[in-house]
Amino acid sequence: MTDAVADLPADTGASRKAGQFLYGASVVLLCAWVIVPLYFLLLNTLSSPEEVNSFPKSFLPHFDLGSLTFFANFQGILRALWNSVLVAAMTMVMSIVIGAPAGYALSRFEFRGKEAFRLLILLTRAFPLPLLALPLAVLFIRTGLDDTAFGLALVHTTLAIPFAVLITFSLFSGIPIELEEAAWTLGCTRFTAFTKVVLPLILPGITASAIFAFVISWNEVFAAAVLTIENRTLPAFLLQTLGEAPLHLKFAGGFILVVPALIFIFAVRKYLFAMWGIANR
Amino acid sequence: MNARILPYMLILPVTLFLCLFFLYPFVLVSQEAFSTGDGFTLDNFRDVASYWKFPISLQNTLLLAAAVVPIQVALALLMATMVNRMQKGRDMVLYIWTIPLGISDLAAGIIWLAIFEQSGFLNSMMTGLGIVDQPMNLLSYQSPLIVFVAIALAEIWRATAIMLVILVAGIGLIPKEYYEAAEVFGASPWKRFLKVTLPLLRPSLQTALILRVVLAFEVFAVVAALGGTLFPVLMGEIYAYQFDLQDGGAAAALALIVLAISIAFTLVILRALRVPKGATI
Amino acid sequence: MAEIQIKNIAKNFGSYQALHDINLTIADQEFMVLLGASGCGKSTLLRIIAGLETATTGEVWIGGRRVDHLSPKDRGISMVFQNYAVFPHLTVFENIGFGLRMQKLPDDEVTRRVERTAGLMHIDQLLKRYSGELSGGQRQRVAVARALAMEPDVILMDEPLSNLDALLRLEMRAELKGVLADSKTTAIYVTHDQVEAMSLADRISVMHQGRIVQAATPIEVYRNPAAEFVAGFIGNPPMNFLPATPSGDGKWQVAGQVLDGPTSRSAPLQFAVRPEDIRPADSGLTATAKVVEPLGAHLLVTCEVEGTMFRAVLDSDLTVHVGDQLTLAPQPDRIRWFDPETTLAVA
Repeated sequence: MTDAVADLPADTGASRKAGQFLYGASVVLLCAWVIVPLYFLLLNTLSSPEEVNSFPKSFLPHFDLGSLTFFANFQGILRALWNSVLVAAMTMVMSIVIGAPAGYALSRFEFRGKEAFRLLILLTRAFPLPLLALPLAVLFIRTGLDDTAFGLALVHTTLAIPFAVLITFSLFSGIPIELEEAAWTLGCTRFTAFTKVVLPLILPGITASAIFAFVISWNEVFAAAVLTIENRTLPAFLLQTLGEAPLHLKFAGGFILVVPALIFIFAVRKYLFAMWGIANR
Repeated sequence: MNARILPYMLILPVTLFLCLFFLYPFVLVSQEAFSTGDGFTLDNFRDVASYWKFPISLQNTLLLAAAVVPIQVALALLMATMVNRMQKGRDMVLYIWTIPLGISDLAAGIIWLAIFEQSGFLNSMMTGLGIVDQPMNLLSYQSPLIVFVAIALAEIWRATAIMLVILVAGIGLIPKEYYEAAEVFGASPWKRFLKVTLPLLRPSLQTALILRVVLAFEVFAVVAALGGTLFPVLMGEIYAYQFDLQDGGAAAALALIVLAISIAFTLVILRALRVPKGATI
Repeated sequence: MAEIQIKNIAKNFGSYQALHDINLTIADQEFMVLLGASGCGKSTLLRIIAGLETATTGEVWIGGRRVDHLSPKDRGISMVFQNYAVFPHLTVFENIGFGLRMQKLPDDEVTRRVERTAGLMHIDQLLKRYSGELSGGQRQRVAVARALAMEPDVILMDEPLSNLDALLRLEMRAELKGVLADSKTTAIYVTHDQVEAMSLADRISVMHQGRIVQAATPIEVYRNPAAEFVAGFIGNPPMNFLPATPSGDGKWQVAGQVLDGPTSRSAPLQFAVRPEDIRPADSGLTATAKVVEPLGAHLLVTCEVEGTMFRAVLDSDLTVHVGDQLTLAPQPDRIRWFDPETTLAVA
């Protein structure tokens, strides 16, 4: 990180050097600002329960799996973890399967109502969506979807779909229409042109947006807490036990919550900017 | 398939889905908010607004947003401009800075709990440096300011990344020639930022602000993890109405109030940062 | 046999009419160039023939078969795109063989045809590469090879050379002409570059504002433009125009000179002559030199004749200075006349 040196315009020697030092120091400081809290969480996770509750804290890791073992053995937590994975996986599949065709339509066609449709999509983003879990809770009881992974996945899909549409829209827009047209003139139907040309090119991006949908669901607390009772997801479970759970359980749980995030950001780092660059407009 | 119908077929799934799980629940929640069983009434709103916790939770939510969002804008702008002129290590720094993007509010709350709890790292550090003799209970009702600061720090830590990504993408869209032109005309780096970057970044700033402000009113799990009941916020009260008080009508009414505030702020931001037609890049 | 007939094709984009009642017949194995400025409708017409765009009204016939209701894959055409559209996820080999694979041809036949067309386009060394590893010119060759490998009745090309640099364009132009002549396919080629059009075409269709103004051989389009637009568009520098007033008996007053012209007209006409068809002489139009540009092969002099701009391409041995008075005589058999009302040529 320290080698992240800027190309400052030619300036007088001393002030230039000072400026560069200030710049480098700020970069390092801001990196530390992000990493150090994460490091503390890791420290706590890798300490025995006794150490977690003791004082003062050591700033070096001990590599004790006591807290994680406690976490794994805690009543109901593995089930919550499994529910989280299940709901997130369903959300991921549904938001891509439902959202990607719309992204394709937005990128390839001019049609009446396109602006209204875009507005509907954008509107959902300026909306505290988890609130909609409230009326759905009643609706789900009537339809038997209450307290099920699928019911919650439906709400999480509502959260993830605007992103899925906008991201796939920008991905499809990045594939020149001429490639599809060339495939048509070479004997493809609209469908085979899509599967043989567009899909292979877009697959990495689709994967990235699927992972994004997964993380949106994985992280969501409010709707999960409102809509599930027995089949809690991990965040909902942790939220419920915040009051009485021992510290080491909270930290181990928090750590498990964070891990997919780290992988996620790493996996989609190439697409992070492309997707927002377009979604701006 | 007919090219005229095809786009509608493609957007149909999303439209149906959003009607069922976005518009319909919205209608339901409005209905529930405006009725207590027989006909139209404002009773729910009267109940909610007259409850002693309402003014304090509204004030807390707004105060938190007012403290957090401006700092995030400034920080994100600073980070974005730093990244923009970085040559070496850009990807690495960006990866680190965007890690919190994938971290849930609950996990962020737990992470900062590791720092602020009584046997946490902040107390360990302060005793280690001899600033205090005894670990203090920082997150108690006797120190509301520290609770507020802890929550604000956790929010800034977690949610600056989303603004950063949008702004970096936005800065990437500004052609380098503008800066070179400004430099030729003798603008200092600060002037270039003020006269070139900021105005051209307006669409991105708009998106980032709307997203952040709406999310700021949804603040819930961070508060639950750090402040518990010490720092009531609107979303927490909705959750309490729904679960602890089993009062769906009141929860719905409060949800509509949050919604109204979100929409009002969205409109204000849209208006304040509107880009004149034809003045885009 | 793949004669192409375009009958009464019109195309509207909303309220904007891009094509007005186009009628055109292209003979089997003919090389037809659609030439015009951007926005004239030439690409739209090509895309309608390809089936990438639907005409608002009219019919397209290829090889005696009506095709305007068919999808592109069933029209017996193949196409070369302006930005090449080489599939980035496939090797050059798989790009050229893409259409053949879609036809489910056996592997050895695919290999044979790919290798043959790759040989024709001199890219046999590149078959294992991906498009990212190719230069612009190489991608262009892949795109042409891919179209030829289909052995289509008709090959459609949309500004295929416009993204290449000047030297490469010259080279590819000559090569394309040879390869297409050998392949015996009917070709339609869209371009805005008149030199490209002149060098490649059997016939040129000059298009303007959604209409075909003239469809004729290159030399005919150059010598006998059917309308003022063609006269001004073809040729570099373009034709000169001067107002002409009748003085009876087929005599016309042009800038103080009396010239022989059409006998059948009595209303004022436009006199036109190419800058190349003007010589300095003892008697003729009186011109004042305004700009003198020595271009090596010849001397381009921009003058003023009675307040109108008038260009002459003269011998490079001549010495002309700005401000000089010149007497310029148009070659009598190269003078053309246009009706200012209809802008059409007058015999």
